[in-house]
Amino acid sequence: MRKVAVMGVGMTKFGPTEKSQVELFAEAAMEAINTSNIKSKDVQALFLGNGLGDFEEGQLNLAGFCANELGLPPETTAMRFEGACASASIAIRNAFLLVASGAYDIVIAGGTERAFSMGTSLATRTFAMGTDSKYEEFSGLTFPGVFAMLAHLYADKYNVPLPKLKERMAMVAVKNHKNGAKNPLAQFQKEITVETVLKGFVVADPLQLFDCCPFSDGAAAVIVTTDEIAKKHVEKPVYILGAGQGSAGSLCRQKDYTIMPSRIVSAKQAYKMAGVEPKDIDVAEVHDCFTIAEIVLLENLGLFEFGTASEAVEKGETEIGGKIAINPSGGLKAKGHPVGATGAAQVYEIVKQLRGECGARQVENAKIGMTDTLGGDAGSIVNLIFGI
Amino acid sequence: MVTYKLPHKEFFAALKEGKLLGLRCNDCGAYTCPPKINCNECASMNMEVVELKGKGEIKTFTVMRIAPEGFESWVPYIVALVQLEEGPNLVGNIIGVDPDKVTDDIIGKKIVVGWQPPPPDLRFCGPIGKDGKIQPGGIAMTFSLV
Ligand SMILES: [Zn+2]
Repeated sequence: MRKVAVMGVGMTKFGPTEKSQVELFAEAAMEAINTSNIKSKDVQALFLGNGLGDFEEGQLNLAGFCANELGLPPETTAMRFEGACASASIAIRNAFLLVASGAYDIVIAGGTERAFSMGTSLATRTFAMGTDSKYEEFSGLTFPGVFAMLAHLYADKYNVPLPKLKERMAMVAVKNHKNGAKNPLAQFQKEITVETVLKGFVVADPLQLFDCCPFSDGAAAVIVTTDEIAKKHVEKPVYILGAGQGSAGSLCRQKDYTIMPSRIVSAKQAYKMAGVEPKDIDVAEVHDCFTIAEIVLLENLGLFEFGTASEAVEKGETEIGGKIAINPSGGLKAKGHPVGATGAAQVYEIVKQLRGECGARQVENAKIGMTDTLGGDAGSIVNLIFGI
Repeated sequence: MVTYKLPHKEFFAALKEGKLLGLRCNDCGAYTCPPKINCNECASMNMEVVELKGKGEIKTFTVMRIAPEGFESWVPYIVALVQLEEGPNLVGNIIGVDPDKVTDDIIGKKIVVGWQPPPPDLRFCGPIGKDGKIQPGGIAMTFSLV
């Protein structure tokens, strides 16, 4: 296995846009190419994360269109990776594995999505396609529903009174909005209070509007290459130290999903490959699609003991400057969640954090960073660990 | 050649007749429901189709206030995860309980499994037929308190 690095990274502003998915990706990708100090023709493969592009624009086979848009040569391997919200992380993990193995030297990996433009009703419907369409979708279950049930399950299992848990969940949203306010690419750059969250309308009890991440448009891309090539082109390569991926079936197969087996194994693979432990992680960009999701995943990743993460949030341990900075970018909650692009935007933030380029939201002395991306109801989970 | 012992159409057809079918593993004894090609616990294909008791307990729930397209007429409605007496979990709708009055106390309550048709004219739910419409046959499992 060769040592693998990320060179340039690129990202559009997240939020509503009139641009197409190809146009969005082109902006993010050209930024990644330009800041890598390479040319389009140097890229040998394009791995594109995309969740629902067919429904959003009636457009299939996006990867080829993106490759041509960027001026990549005809011999470029271009393909789409779909793992619902984890699509881009799957694309980046595969770029990592194939560069490590020697199959390619330079790969552009990322994602693009226009989920905001669909409108809430159709977006909720199409997002719900990530649940089991035979045995679960006919109940009208949605992703807010899946995580709303998780909140009740968590409260019941750990004997946290629901109002207390709700308050701590609200603090997750408050923290992520506070961080997002310092991120010029975030969809929401405005601070909120616990009261804002608790006053919102109920989406799926006990989740209220501000417990949920928004629908977003956007794209992000990174250049994955070898240590040797990276050192020649950029001043501060960021290394991919470890990568893991796990899978799972329908929600009903997962038993007690306060402990998601696919996430446990994915994180373990990543830690083992990187040769680090949870306590070594300085900063993490994680899949806070819902406030309760952030609490549960912090425990699944081993960053906090089971049953203790909601209290840790209350104590400020997940803030920038706390025990471990969680979602300094604002997370899915404030930065936005353009499904197929989300994982690449997480990597974008970690790379910038490790290079010390995050300005007001910079995590001091960040040396090791991690991403966590969840697809569907834990059907696909990817964890990546980065170092300098 | 491998034959799927309990495809979803047969599972739904039986449920509509009041029978909750599953598969019992002859190797590890575990039950699999809804069906799969092999045992959900040990992946053995040495399984037989059996009728389950259709009884279980509520593990968690939610009241849906914002519906996905097609389900607006149901709002508010309750989705729950239950554990069957035989072990497997199921996702479905709690019926016969007022969604505006349900509280956490419902967790742990005993239920029986039934079914209900999905709302009409769903655009994206299950396989699409030659007429461009969703093929009929899919149903939601329901849970009624006992
Ligand atoms: Zn078995």
